Amino acid sequence: MNEMQFLTWVRGTGMDIALSIFVLGVLWRLFEIYSLGRKLDIAPGRHRDGASGWHTIFRRSVPPPGMVKRSPVTYIGGYVFHIGLALIVFLFVPHIIFINSVLGISWPGLPSQFIDMVTVITMAAMIVVLAHRINNPVKRYLSTFQDWFTWTLTFLPLLTGWLAVKHLLLPYTTMLALHILTVELLLIFLPFTKLFHAFTVFGSRWYLGKINGHKGVPV
Amino acid sequence: MSATLEKGIRVLKEVIDAPIASYLNSCVHCGLCAEACLFYLETGDPKYTPIHKLEPLRRVYEQEYTLLGRFAKMVGLAKPVNDDLLEEWKELVYDSCTMCGRCSMVCPVGNDIVYMVRKLREGMAASGHTPEGIRGATKRTVEIGGPMGLKWPAVANVIKKAEAASGLPIPVDQPDVDFLVLLSSMEIVNYPEYLEALAKIFNKAGVTFTLASDAFEATNAGIQIGASDVARVIVSRIVDSAERLRVKKVLSPECGHAYMAIRWEGPNLIGRPYKFEVVHVLELLDDLRKKGVLKIKDKFKDPLILHDPCQIVRRGGVLEAPEPLIQAVAENYIPIVDKQKMNWCCGGGGGASAIHTEEAEALRAKAFRIKKRQIEESGVNTMVTFCANCRIVIEEGIDHYGMNTQLLGLTELLAEHLED
Repeated sequence: MNEMQFLTWVRGTGMDIALSIFVLGVLWRLFEIYSLGRKLDIAPGRHRDGASGWHTIFRRSVPPPGMVKRSPVTYIGGYVFHIGLALIVFLFVPHIIFINSVLGISWPGLPSQFIDMVTVITMAAMIVVLAHRINNPVKRYLSTFQDWFTWTLTFLPLLTGWLAVKHLLLPYTTMLALHILTVELLLIFLPFTKLFHAFTVFGSRWYLGKINGHKGVPV
Repeated sequence: MSATLEKGIRVLKEVIDAPIASYLNSCVHCGLCAEACLFYLETGDPKYTPIHKLEPLRRVYEQEYTLLGRFAKMVGLAKPVNDDLLEEWKELVYDSCTMCGRCSMVCPVGNDIVYMVRKLREGMAASGHTPEGIRGATKRTVEIGGPMGLKWPAVANVIKKAEAASGLPIPVDQPDVDFLVLLSSMEIVNYPEYLEALAKIFNKAGVTFTLASDAFEATNAGIQIGASDVARVIVSRIVDSAERLRVKKVLSPECGHAYMAIRWEGPNLIGRPYKFEVVHVLELLDDLRKKGVLKIKDKFKDPLILHDPCQIVRRGGVLEAPEPLIQAVAENYIPIVDKQKMNWCCGGGGGASAIHTEEAEALRAKAFRIKKRQIEESGVNTMVTFCANCRIVIEEGIDHYGMNTQLLGLTELLAEHLED
């Protein structure tokens, strides 16, 4: 298999396999989790809980008072790499073209020089949070193989994508193929690792807001 | 597998629901919950990280409710849930967790960690891995009537004294009144003046009330240890009595977890709504204040701070009543930094104060340092709270560190400063 065949495979069969596992995996995992259901709280609520679940979905994106000071690396590093990833995945023009080819929808992107800068910052933030995971006693204590594995899965597409755009290290075609391959690995593992929080975070915040909103506590 | 372990795992399987599944899948091991936990902060030991305390629950979830986990269990790759694990986790689930719920306030993915601890305790109780102290309190509540083994004659005695001191009658077993008044054993033994204060306030407000000789104890060790069946028996006493006496409302005492038990867990335990309303004493007092019934004759002068009990405020939702009440009676109320729903626990909630092993007591003393700093940084000598358990734990802490802090109960403070 030469580099062109490699690229063709990752763009064709490889992508089909990865997207299938991703979509079916996400659907299955969502079903597996949310079909468990819950008993509704019979105790009369303090006042009508209304949209407390939705409020918490938004409210939890903002750190509670005093917490940034307690763990600045987690918050700042976390914000930077999450926002960075979102910008890169959804607003880099070649990505929009790819999404358009799969879903048939598109939107305007950001200049590639800007995305370039965002990528460097995002990779730096990820290296910082990795170092923090190694050095912080709580994070190190909690960490399992999955934590290191999912960090790698997230980092590789960034690195290979950036190297491809910059024409560094390997021929462009090979690097692009590697980039797509690492994205496929990320897609395949996402539903079955802690990366799945990308989906469950909304349900979790909603339940938290609803359960506590019932008692009259905005959380 | 032992019969009790089997039962414990079965119970854990039963309590796992969609919220728990969602929470366990959302955790990214960021460790921020540790920064909200007084046991981690004051010891620096990462094993006290709140999410880590749920490891047995996580294992059961993964091995029973996820495809990959079931597969891992089948081929023998899953980490076991056995008696050794649960025994090891006993300290993490009881001694070092007061179910204060502060971790649930900070988790960035929105995990209600304390919700899960409460559920894990069901499995711990069913499998017999509970601290002796809480087990004893639970047994006494079921067999005798209260966690401290107090019987009705002792309560009747306190009633008699309160009647003498206040010059007001305190009705017992009287039907068709506004309120059935509940007490907690700790109040009966350590703060009998609570009842006297209440009699005065009710008299002023023209509210009718009664105590019930078969349902005076508001606390519920069943919910602390995590045994729903026992908790149901205990809460049913109150429900039966209140419905037999046809009272409009049941008044929860200051005691935090009593409020949690009767107000929030009770209907879910018995499986139906009550025929009466449950009101926390501070909610009633604030209501009376708004109506202008609570007239204060002279204000408390010394500067003071407030300690918000977790189960009443953060977890119980009595958010708005405490501050206006304290401001009504105190001239120099100083709001502290982490207050109301972000307040720090006293260190002895969730049944922890009933654990009297040397290790648990030493840990509690360490955890109290966070409260100690709050008091010292505010520069006052008086703290007011509204939970009998918080009061005992804080007084122990004050003694332990030889602090010069006066601790007062909010209801009594109000009663003392009421117009005659």
